[in-house]
Amino acid sequence: MSCQTTQEFIHAYVDGELDLARTLEVEQHMQECQACANAYRSQTALRSALKESSLYQSAPARLEKRIRSSLRREAKSEVGRRLFGWRWLPVGVSLAFVLLMAFVIWRAAPGLRRSGDEIVAQEIVSNHVRSLQLESHRADVISSDQHTVKPWFDGKLDFAPPVRDFASQGFPLIGGRLEYLDNRSVAALIYQRQKHYINLYIWPVDQSNAGGEIATKRQGYNLLHWTSSGMTYWTVSDLNGVELHEFARLVQEAQ
Amino acid sequence: MPGQNKLASFETAVLPHLDAAYNLARWLTRNDADAEDVVQEAYLRAFRFFGGFHGEDGRAWLLGIVRNTSYTWMQRNRSPELNMALDDETHEPESHDLNPEALLVQKADAQMLRQAVEELPLEFREVLVLRELDEMSYKQIAVVADLPLGTVMSRLARARRRLQQILAGHTQTEVLS
Repeated sequence: MSCQTTQEFIHAYVDGELDLARTLEVEQHMQECQACANAYRSQTALRSALKESSLYQSAPARLEKRIRSSLRREAKSEVGRRLFGWRWLPVGVSLAFVLLMAFVIWRAAPGLRRSGDEIVAQEIVSNHVRSLQLESHRADVISSDQHTVKPWFDGKLDFAPPVRDFASQGFPLIGGRLEYLDNRSVAALIYQRQKHYINLYIWPVDQSNAGGEIATKRQGYNLLHWTSSGMTYWTVSDLNGVELHEFARLVQEAQ
Repeated sequence: MPGQNKLASFETAVLPHLDAAYNLARWLTRNDADAEDVVQEAYLRAFRFFGGFHGEDGRAWLLGIVRNTSYTWMQRNRSPELNMALDDETHEPESHDLNPEALLVQKADAQMLRQAVEELPLEFREVLVLRELDEMSYKQIAVVADLPLGTVMSRLARARRRLQQILAGHTQTEVLS
């Protein structure tokens, strides 16, 4: 073994990490070479000096305490995380689902109400058309006198519809009849504007449902709908929207 | 593993190596307070990774975490030491006649040795500390320092040579003054 190879292996030799064959070669070389033997002594001297110098730095006692308490905190929060993560997961999911459903229903509710109105609007258009198909259908009580029409409803309905004649404003009252709409008996008043007939349907509703005027158009008929003073009003006609609106305004102002 | 059981088995397996952990952190950071912080953080990390520990060499496993935590800490604190990358391929001029240095080592006292080790570049210091103070095998050092086995050997050789050079410098100044 050359000096260079020996120098290369001398550290592994000192550290006891050299295999047996090389260990023997290194030892044999050092017996013959003073320089390499010195290098070896130099290394062992350094090693023992390092050992004797008590360079080892032991942990201060307070560090162990500190670590123990931080580990306990960590263990607790791990348990907490796990409990929250698994035991409460179904609860969290259920809660989220309930909230989601509540939100969906809340969002859908105006739509449901609207679709309720849609059904009524359809009923009203059909009722209006049917009332005009035969003259005998137009009114059960034919009178332009509101004081005749209004008492006629007495005993036929569980409410007293407001009845007014607007002949002086160009909307004469023709008469009244009973109708069955939205699952209840309602008052129907019929008015005329030149050659156009106007039906006005009235029935009581929950006070809280008070709402502004809504205008729609169906099968060429104009519809206006509003609620006030605990009554809901639907008016329908083939009259143009502006004049129907004028009529609705008269009804509203008369209340 | 339920929390209390995990904590108990962790403490049994890993807490006995606290001195080794502190020793390494102290030599890497070269500061008492920093070493304590690093060791505490390393223990928390070790606790979190404890599920991946299967009862091999607990000390080497922990020291690997301590070393990584120390490096992270030094990065965070922008230690200039980290920028001095070592090239394991370059070889310093070999001095075959180490006889005078051997004599100098004998003269060097503990204080001088401590200072010399602290002056070693980080990569040399860590392998030297693991070998000489923790008396780890090359294989264990390879695990802790994340190095190939051959590199452990050559680094250790260079670390010792450098240490002897530093000591030679110190003893000479001492003689002159």
